[in-house]
Amino acid sequence: MTTYFQAYGTFAALLVLSIAFVAVAFGANRLLRPNRPTPGKLTTYESGMDPVGTTWSQTQIRYYVFAFLFVIFDVESVFLFPWALVFADIGVAAFWEMVVFIGVLAIGLLYAFKKGVLRWA
Amino acid sequence: MIDAARDLLDNYWVLMPVKVLAVLAIFLTFPLVVGYMEHKVMAHMQARLGPMEAGRFHGVLQLVADGIKFVQKESIIPKAADKWVFALAPAVALIPAILVFGFIPYGPDLVPIRSDVGLFVTLALSSVSVIGVLMAAWSSANKYSLMGGIRAAAQLIAYELPLVLAAAAVAMQAGSADLAVIVERQGWWGYIVGPLVIGFFVYGTAALAELTRPPFDMPVADSELVFGHLTEYTGLRFAFFLLTEYAGIVSQSAIAATLFLGGWKGPFLDGPWWLAAKVLALSFVVIWARSTYPRLREDQLQSFAWLRLVPVSLALLLVVGFLKVYEVGI
Repeated sequence: MTTYFQAYGTFAALLVLSIAFVAVAFGANRLLRPNRPTPGKLTTYESGMDPVGTTWSQTQIRYYVFAFLFVIFDVESVFLFPWALVFADIGVAAFWEMVVFIGVLAIGLLYAFKKGVLRWA
Repeated sequence: MIDAARDLLDNYWVLMPVKVLAVLAIFLTFPLVVGYMEHKVMAHMQARLGPMEAGRFHGVLQLVADGIKFVQKESIIPKAADKWVFALAPAVALIPAILVFGFIPYGPDLVPIRSDVGLFVTLALSSVSVIGVLMAAWSSANKYSLMGGIRAAAQLIAYELPLVLAAAAVAMQAGSADLAVIVERQGWWGYIVGPLVIGFFVYGTAALAELTRPPFDMPVADSELVFGHLTEYTGLRFAFFLLTEYAGIVSQSAIAATLFLGGWKGPFLDGPWWLAAKVLALSFVVIWARSTYPRLREDQLQSFAWLRLVPVSLALLLVVGFLKVYEVGI
């Protein structure tokens, strides 16, 4: 039987072992691989053409609103998990309270949809 | 003799290294089996033979040969790239993928790391790999990589929700977030008999999208973005990203089997072999989907998550909650 802290110990050991695995693999790679850089090899790949403009170029992120929506629903799921584990013991009241909570969020999603946020701009 | 061996295994300092090494061994074998399966299954679905040479018998050692080749390959880091971030990204993606394997219940008493919140930890760990993808995309200083990375970020946050909500529905039904307890409370037929079958499909679809596997492979769409965030990667670093992908297929299949299909339980003789069989069957479906469906367009992909999967999984939560609280047996 493993105790509470022993589970953490196993996790820590697994973390150390996986870091060691990556380190050993990269170490072996360093010893075995050739290293002959040429200017052509080190150029940024742009389908065989010379790279144009700055490398970290400005990009229009069309779906940034999704990130806001995600935060709302992710917080919801954080609330959901503890509730999901105990609601059966508390009973009917806990269930209907969560129905109201999920209902409010669902109306929020519906509003975002109505506003055209979820359509491709 | 057996008693002595059992006493030895009761000692934490003996058992712990055994567990940890076993997890690493699983991580190093199952993804390769699935990778080989992908070569062969896709080849036969396309009326080809696939690898036939390495390992003499139907190319069984093809991926081992690939690994040996990757280790000897030159590692090219483009001059424009952010070198440290570029070099570390594969490790950031790979290490959480290994850790997930530690939390899966492989058998009645075979849980390497048992935790009350095992379900939550596995979901959290599998979303850390996203950071590796974003690091790779940004540090490459390549336009294809950047676009691929932004697509990956949008896709991963969109499909994270149905994934978590479907998992929450299972936690509600089982009344626990401990993966071992979730398996124990299922019959061998799992939770797919009943309303949670919808959860299984939602979870499976969302997991496929989280893995950026076809038909959800917009972030690495090869006909428009070369290879997305992997465009500039070569050699072992590239191989590590591929290994992360196959490890992801295995671990997501294992979590799905644990949550919905009864994990290590089977019609007779419970044990790890049932989990292995279920994992291979689900991995086969993942490969099957790749050779069957065309890629979704980016806006279709987003609206499918937000307007189909999220509402469906919210409704599922309410149905499962209603049935449980009013004790309508399922």
